[in-house]
Amino acid sequence: MTMLATLVPLQYGLFGLVALGAPAVVLSRDPLRMAVVNGLYGLVLVLLFVLLGAPDVALSMLVVTTVAYPVVLLIAIARSRSSKEEMDEA
Amino acid sequence: MRIAAFVPALVVLFALLLWGFAGMPDFGHYRGPYGFVLERIATPERHVTNVVNATTYDYRGFDTMGEEFILFAAVTGVVLLLRGSSGSRRRADDDVRSDSIRLAGAVAPALVILVGLWLVAFGFVTPGGGFQGGIAVAAGALMLFVAVGYRAWSTLGDERLLDPIEGLGAGGYAVVGLAALVSGLPFLTNLFGPGVVGTVRSGGSAALLNWAAAIEVAAANVILTTEFVEQYIAPIVRRRR
Amino acid sequence: MTYVPYAISAWVCAVGLYGIVMSRNLIHLAVCLTVTQSSTYVLLLSVGYVQGGGPPIFKGVKLGTTSVDPVVQALSLTDIVVSVTVLALVLALALDVHRQAGTVDPDEIAAMHG
Repeated sequence: MTMLATLVPLQYGLFGLVALGAPAVVLSRDPLRMAVVNGLYGLVLVLLFVLLGAPDVALSMLVVTTVAYPVVLLIAIARSRSSKEEMDEA
Repeated sequence: MRIAAFVPALVVLFALLLWGFAGMPDFGHYRGPYGFVLERIATPERHVTNVVNATTYDYRGFDTMGEEFILFAAVTGVVLLLRGSSGSRRRADDDVRSDSIRLAGAVAPALVILVGLWLVAFGFVTPGGGFQGGIAVAAGALMLFVAVGYRAWSTLGDERLLDPIEGLGAGGYAVVGLAALVSGLPFLTNLFGPGVVGTVRSGGSAALLNWAAAIEVAAANVILTTEFVEQYIAPIVRRRR
Repeated sequence: MTYVPYAISAWVCAVGLYGIVMSRNLIHLAVCLTVTQSSTYVLLLSVGYVQGGGPPIFKGVKLGTTSVDPVVQALSLTDIVVSVTVLALVLALALDVHRQAGTVDPDEIAAMHG
């Protein structure tokens, strides 16, 4: 447990990365690029949760942000790019 | 135009937020007694070593029931919007022709599903639990879809199989709580008595709630990905015909 | 110096709200909603942190060692799993709008007639 006392600079570094990652996600205009940046932001959040002593939260965030978010986002992006003529046949 | 309406609201919100933050303790000097009490009594009382899961399913089990019903309602909404809107779905004749994908698909989904089930079973001993394990099992099922192709997957991802399983998870949680009510105790009291610390058998009836949550989360996520994948497959089928 | 985590969660919340208000694409709006939700997880876990404390798991660890608050972790982890489903619901609504109006731009949808 004494190893945890030296983690404080690492925690602040990760907080800084989170503060940089959020505008990076919001300011990307192309939805496809945003899906990738969102995955990276999720991984930074997983590291932050591990360093704040929360392995359960980090486990659920890890699976969610690497598998579940990209799948639904990519399918929605692919479907929203079809032309309107194909939509009329649906 | 949107900025002009947004900035005053943001200023008011942040004034209130900073006023609230000024009264909070510093980072690292958590004051509240509730967390310290739970850490000390969870292992002697309920014989679980993962205090977070003891909080989720036992001490605050009522909140988790509310979260489960949020999940259930949201999946119902998605199914209402997307199911039955893409015409004929079951006749895509696709084949996965890459050998490396088929080889990986023989190994990887089984590993991921096993790890997910292990996370659920040992949820009260090490980090893990129903929610984490349930979504890991759903990720393994998605990998199985990628490896096998849509035509073979559609026999397993059938709505007639998945909907009752999801209902079993959501309803099972409420039924376990009602079982305590039937025997004269308050709703969601821990029955069965605590088990042995550090084994699968710890936690009493909270272990049943753990499994109910895992079943519901896994089935709900498989239903979601099935609905979304069918949305993706339908225009491809139509274009090939 | 010790209020930095709270300030960062307020900053992420503001950035997410700005993204939702200024969005020109419904899918971009859904992702900004998840960014706003993630600011609440950061805030909750920062409130519960104890200096020099480990995770609240006591397998093989002596009872009584310093550990962080378990209640806020229980709140956060159920919320993360549920947020996937909420994102799927918002994206399903966006796909439905795209089917009806042919566009995912919020400004152009307002011109639809009943």
